[in-house]
Amino acid sequence: MSLQVVTANRLGDGLVVFLTAQGGWSENINDARVADGKDAAEAMLAEASAPELDVVIVGPYLIDVEQQDGGLVPTKYREVLRTKGPSVREDLGYQAV
Amino acid sequence: MYRYDDFDRQLVQERTEQFREQVKRRLAGDITEEQFRPLRLMNGVYLQLHAYMLRVAIPYGTLRADQLRQLGMIARKYDKGYGHFTTRQNIQYNWPKLDEIPDALLDLANVEMHAIQTSGNCIRNTTTDQYAGAAADEIEDPRPYCELIRQWSTFHPEFTYLPRKFKIAVTGSPNDRAAVKVHDIGLRMHQNDAGETGFEVIVGGGLGRTPFVGKTVRDFIGKNDLFSYLEAILRVYNRFGRRDNKYKARIKILVHELGVEEVRRLVEEEWEQIKDGSLRVGDEEIAHYIAQFAPPAFEDLSDDDADFERHKAENRGFFNWVRSNVVAHKQPGYAIANVSLKPIGGIPGDATDTQMELVADLSEKYSFGDVRVTHEQNLVLPHVKKADLFALWTALDAAGLGTANLGYVTDIISCPGLDYCALATARSIPLSQRISERFGDLERQHDIGELKIKISGCINACGHHHVGHIGILGLDKRGKEFYQITLGGDASQDASIGKIAGAGFSEAEVVDAIESLVTKYIEIRESGERFIDTYRRVGMDPFKEVLYGDR
Repeated sequence: MSLQVVTANRLGDGLVVFLTAQGGWSENINDARVADGKDAAEAMLAEASAPELDVVIVGPYLIDVEQQDGGLVPTKYREVLRTKGPSVREDLGYQAV
Repeated sequence: MYRYDDFDRQLVQERTEQFREQVKRRLAGDITEEQFRPLRLMNGVYLQLHAYMLRVAIPYGTLRADQLRQLGMIARKYDKGYGHFTTRQNIQYNWPKLDEIPDALLDLANVEMHAIQTSGNCIRNTTTDQYAGAAADEIEDPRPYCELIRQWSTFHPEFTYLPRKFKIAVTGSPNDRAAVKVHDIGLRMHQNDAGETGFEVIVGGGLGRTPFVGKTVRDFIGKNDLFSYLEAILRVYNRFGRRDNKYKARIKILVHELGVEEVRRLVEEEWEQIKDGSLRVGDEEIAHYIAQFAPPAFEDLSDDDADFERHKAENRGFFNWVRSNVVAHKQPGYAIANVSLKPIGGIPGDATDTQMELVADLSEKYSFGDVRVTHEQNLVLPHVKKADLFALWTALDAAGLGTANLGYVTDIISCPGLDYCALATARSIPLSQRISERFGDLERQHDIGELKIKISGCINACGHHHVGHIGILGLDKRGKEFYQITLGGDASQDASIGKIAGAGFSEAEVVDAIESLVTKYIEIRESGERFIDTYRRVGMDPFKEVLYGDR
């Protein structure tokens, strides 16, 4: 099985966001709607790519995630950095909050 | 220094207002991201991993004190209190909000700055020697020609949609500090047999996924003819450069595929048509631009300063800083002071808002309000009285800006890498920090001598790894970062592209691998040899052996 969520950057400030169960966008990956399997993931990406969302977010795409003790964690390091912030500036990005 | 005329001022202000309207329309949903993206890129606005990034041009790496102070203010007002100086002599801000960027651009315009020519397939911001107008080894200040190139290239209607981006670098010194041989066009000032000053024109250098050292397309072009000649090259490139594949679209590929002889023939043929036209720049006009960059009012001083010598003798820290960071000036009694943005274990090229403001203040106090940005991601105060060096160093050192490591193993070029960049495949900054810490001991660095380590976090090579004496390229191997080492690269007048040593190293292994290379060099070097000299003498094998043994 492969779990996926949709991520994008928010238009106004460019920050990383995730598509939520309600169809909104959250800065917290743990609010993300999780698709299990290819069909569900594709449907979710199609929803996130709707033209009317072009004024909300930029560049939606799917990422692989794993359910761990602390919540959802991306499998690729690049996406882990996007959920946290620069590894060299732990005082910045979401990790600082 | 060059001051905007009314035309420049109007141009930049109009552009700022246009962008303000474009942002407004984007946020209102009147234009799509697809439509907006090329517009924002033409104004230096990228979308990176965590946020937008604004890249601000610092034409030919020259800043006035008020401009640097404004860059510090912008870091505080629109960003998170810092900026990152890049290998293109630019500065990048990592966290601006889209709707605030037009205001940031207005604040820039108010000090005669902008983000034009920092992105897109146009002629980019021209770079040059950071010691221009100060260096003892210089033939002539290259910046008047850089400024003329800027005026010729900015919004050039014919060259706004080139096959790909186009970078020009100029050196006025035989000792190339601007890496001109790895640019789309490199201009090396020299004198011909008749004693006239002009330029060797080098074409088709570049880094990225297909690195090349540029080839000489013309050995000498006079100053008056330089701009028509550049136009001829750009026309040939614009017409024949490939547009079918962005990875083969740079002029280096054209030069490689056609051969430099054919490119030369095409350029000369084009130039013949236009050389007597409006781009021929007369002596009077050139003199006007030379006057804009006239030397500051130097005092008539002896080159020996007793206090300077006394401070060196008494203060070890100052002595060390002078040894590595202070360079000979053409004016007796003055020196060029390099401000390292590479504190041990720090982030290469990053400066805080208050550091920028401090350097601005110090430049006013000690360097005629003149600051330079280097492609090696440091700052320079180009005109400091030797008598003032100790006071300058004391103030810099108190702000974490007095690191004595210029040209040493810890003076590492590093791109932002995967910590910030959407294109990166691996992180580069943390690796530079670990190497810096490993070699942090100053006496050891001094013993190792000049050693240029350059790190890129992807094949696009913004960290110039191909021309590092030791180059490191970060890649992604099945979701994990790993690092490929190249040896023997050189960005100077003896430019060469490094060769891949062999299989890559994991994040855990790579610093040890670098150290083993340095240890080998120390073991086998001959007197006076830098790492690159030893490598050139002995070749890859001894180094390969310490990296891989029997592997």
